[in-house]
Amino acid sequence: MDGQTVIARRVAKELHAGDLVNLGIGIPTLVANYVPADLKVFFQSENGLIGTGPIPEQGMAHPLLTDAGGRPISALPGASTFDSAMSFGLIRGGHVDVTVLGGLQVDAHGHLANWMIPGKMVPGMGGAMDLVTGAKRVIVAMQHAAKGKSKIVARCTLPLTSTRPVSLVVTDMAVIAFSDGKASLLETAPGVSIAEVLAVTEAELVIPDTVPEMKI
Amino acid sequence: MMAVSVEEAVAMIPAGARIMVGGFMGVGTPERLLDEVVRQHKTDLSIVSNDAATPGKGIGKLFDAALVSRLTATHIGLNPKAQQQMLANQLAVDLVPQGTFAERIRAGGCGLGGVLTPTGVGTLVAEGKRQIEVDGTTFLLETAIRAQFALVHAFLADYLGNLSYALTARNFNPIMAMAADTVIVTAEHIVPVGVIAPDHVVTPAPLVDYLITNG
Repeated sequence: MDGQTVIARRVAKELHAGDLVNLGIGIPTLVANYVPADLKVFFQSENGLIGTGPIPEQGMAHPLLTDAGGRPISALPGASTFDSAMSFGLIRGGHVDVTVLGGLQVDAHGHLANWMIPGKMVPGMGGAMDLVTGAKRVIVAMQHAAKGKSKIVARCTLPLTSTRPVSLVVTDMAVIAFSDGKASLLETAPGVSIAEVLAVTEAELVIPDTVPEMKI
Repeated sequence: MMAVSVEEAVAMIPAGARIMVGGFMGVGTPERLLDEVVRQHKTDLSIVSNDAATPGKGIGKLFDAALVSRLTATHIGLNPKAQQQMLANQLAVDLVPQGTFAERIRAGGCGLGGVLTPTGVGTLVAEGKRQIEVDGTTFLLETAIRAQFALVHAFLADYLGNLSYALTARNFNPIMAMAADTVIVTAEHIVPVGVIAPDHVVTPAPLVDYLITNG
């Protein structure tokens, strides 16, 4: 199983019946593929839809029904549409139960940086700042390291997305939670040892007495 | 409301105008108005739009023709031309969190001076902005946004100018239709009065100044 699949499958376990969920672009989008068919979860697309369904079959796309990246999607029975003020009222107002976002860095305080690399990549924050500020739970789904460099850092060097700590980080190697300015290792990925996680984690990690393997 | 041709409507827009344009990654964008803005070569525009779409699509056409000198948006990452123009200092870009962007426009249309939002507190977005504490929580004061013109795309418009929208093409259109001095609308279909039931009207007719005739 590749790293992205490990992450997506593990994050899917965090979703509960009735949850309103917003998935970011990239690895987070894959999470929807691993939600059990009998688990009723509402997916929001922040361009104005609750009840997003699978990518339509070839030739069945509707030009006025897209995800936040402008790609064709479908709407499930029971879906609803609304304007952008309403969409971000849902997000900022705490009505979204879980958001899953990609990350560039997460630090020991749970602070997330995921919207710009000064001088290199300045695409704009889109909805990320509102999602991290307002969703009830914020889960970061990302690779543990990039080019051998830890993305779980002592302190973010990139501009923050929000000063509100995220709830959970799920990587291809570990599940990490944050409280009182400390990062704790909750689980390791299948076949990954605690020592291997520590070797590519810049932030100090609290290691509880038992660290189970992810059940995916 | 007046029904006008797309040529007449765009002729009203001066160079240097501040214009809001509906749409989200080119979906729900008034393409015919943008094509005409390009054809009439309106330069030095100050644009308020969620994103820069992609080259050749939606608002992206204005960057292809290098007609924009200022852009207020939430995301321009999928339009390399807009990025190049920004890095070459031909285009000044003000990036705004999307929820804040929506509320600033809504405030502009609703007679409010701005909104208080927790989004952006403690980040680069907070630089130079007033912070206000309410019941122990810190908020940023984000001021209202208005424009001279709003270019709006609806799904249905009736002969009076009542509008309804379709699926994810609604996005910023209804709030922009309230936040500009002059509101110009294109619609997929123009229908007799009464076809859009009162409960289904999203933008009431008095908000619309000009409806672009079809055909």
